[in-house]
Amino acid sequence: MRWNKLTDQHLQEGGSPARLTGKLLTVASLILFVSALLSLVLGPVSIRPDQIFLEILDHFPGVTIDSGLSKVEAAIIWDVRLPRIVLGLLVGGLLAVAGASYQGIFRNPLADPYLLGVAAGAGLGATIAIASGATNGEGMFDALPIAAFIGSAVAVGITLLVGGAVGKSTSTVTLLLAGVAVASLFTAIQTYIQQRESATLRQVYSWILGRLSTSGWDEVIMILPYAVISVTIMLAMRGALDVLAVGEEEALSLGLRPERVRWMVIAAASLAAASAVAVSGLIAFVGIIVPHAVRMVVGASNRLVIPLSLFIGAAFLVLTDLLARTLQSPAELPIGVVTAFFGAPFFLFVLRRRSDGII
Amino acid sequence: MELFNTAQASQGLNLKKISVKLGGKTVVDSVSIFVEKGEWLSIIGPNGSGKSSILRAVAGLVKATGGFTFEGENLKELPPRMRASIISIVPQIPVVPPLVKVIDYVLLGRTPYLGRGFQPTNEDINLARSVLSDLDLISVSDRHVTEMSGGERQRVIIARALVQQPKILLLDEPTTALDLGHQQEVLELVDRQRRNLGITILSAFHDLTLASQYGTSMALLVEGRIADFGAPSKIITEETLKNIYGAHVSIQKEGSMISVIPKRQ
Repeated sequence: MRWNKLTDQHLQEGGSPARLTGKLLTVASLILFVSALLSLVLGPVSIRPDQIFLEILDHFPGVTIDSGLSKVEAAIIWDVRLPRIVLGLLVGGLLAVAGASYQGIFRNPLADPYLLGVAAGAGLGATIAIASGATNGEGMFDALPIAAFIGSAVAVGITLLVGGAVGKSTSTVTLLLAGVAVASLFTAIQTYIQQRESATLRQVYSWILGRLSTSGWDEVIMILPYAVISVTIMLAMRGALDVLAVGEEEALSLGLRPERVRWMVIAAASLAAASAVAVSGLIAFVGIIVPHAVRMVVGASNRLVIPLSLFIGAAFLVLTDLLARTLQSPAELPIGVVTAFFGAPFFLFVLRRRSDGII
Repeated sequence: MELFNTAQASQGLNLKKISVKLGGKTVVDSVSIFVEKGEWLSIIGPNGSGKSSILRAVAGLVKATGGFTFEGENLKELPPRMRASIISIVPQIPVVPPLVKVIDYVLLGRTPYLGRGFQPTNEDINLARSVLSDLDLISVSDRHVTEMSGGERQRVIIARALVQQPKILLLDEPTTALDLGHQQEVLELVDRQRRNLGITILSAFHDLTLASQYGTSMALLVEGRIADFGAPSKIITEETLKNIYGAHVSIQKEGSMISVIPKRQ
């Protein structure tokens, strides 16, 4: 055998494979950090950045500094802004990674994380919770996310069963069509309930638009375990997704078990999307535009797109939320409106480039 | 028809009475083929005669019955990963993903050898670069596969198959999309790799002239069965082509080279 004859020429001109370098990670972390910082400093109540810095430093173990903040101001930082920022980071990261993963599995750059019924299922769950009055009175924030999460899980579950992703030889097209059918069914039921309980319309509507309102750290704590599990799986599968990009049959001929990868990634991405939707409603377009923007910069390799989407998605949603709560301060715009306002034109732009054959 | 004796059967690729059913229809019907190690068997036959199905069955991409062994090892029982380290296939119409660089695409051939995270090591990358250099592709390795011309793209796909370090290379009509010059270039390249590395090749061919010039032996497939097997000059005759392809041709022989010339009635 005569493999591996290597000259200096190869090393210089051989092309560099897609790799998550320290440089890329540093840039992504910086973007994330600056977005979070801006969001922490700006708000309807103005608090001096240096005082916020001292206040946070004060909470480090073994450090005691007087930040000079009043009790109310400290509470705004710890119980209002920080949990909301962390929730924004989580939801944005989850939606973007889930979108990137779905796009990898379906080999379609316009696939979004609500594709297989997550949105319709959550919508129905939320509507039932609101209509049945489970969200009124005490603990009103408890029933809604749980109902939305269960709704998502049921809808995706039915899609996977009907679409046969559990079996071996189904195509992703069957799965997509099953997703469309299941979503229509769930939306129909939701509309029926809304018709009967018209008093709920307003509340359901505001939920559908998406929002990042928090009651302390409850929402963050609630979705954190699902976020960790789903993101870990999707990150681990990013190399396999690159193999799957050549189609399931060729992937099999390269030694991959495509149905196993498909099954795991869809389950993880749906879990991620369902967790995000449960606490934030239907925030549109994050799952499409973030992976796309990442792809435009670093290329299509999922080795890069999946991890970088996590960072950029988190940063993007925190910044969007900053706009949503400051543009008409003290009133708040629904965050879904802001993401759609930027997302829809971007989507059209991508669609146009795509039809030109560039992507 | 018994095409080989059992004594040599352990040395090469041995397909014994293999059958493939697609949608209830038998497309490959009890075919037995033997290819000696390092040889190149060309399978010819009209459209729908089952050429592709035989290749896909060997690669484990369709369900098949019968015996598949290579150097005495049972290919059928191998998990996909192990099989992919022995067999690589150049599909008739490969899926070329957008925005993927040549080096990344070619590195996909290392998949059966990578660990859990599918991260290629420096050795994998060096191997890919060395194959790219052999195939005269090193200068384009940072370009996207989708923006290459037909001939270059086919070389890239063959590079991926070679980076897989196969013992058996399956080619499914590898020259269909190419012009005459690129057809010869690609087949010469494959033949050179076969001689240098001792790869066993099984290929489906549409073009009978090319099939006869590059294969070391030939099988004629008709309706899922082997109709003839042996040297190209024995199989490709005016009469056979008329009976089986319904084609009117004249055959020219120049030494051991055969040319098939279509004739208008």
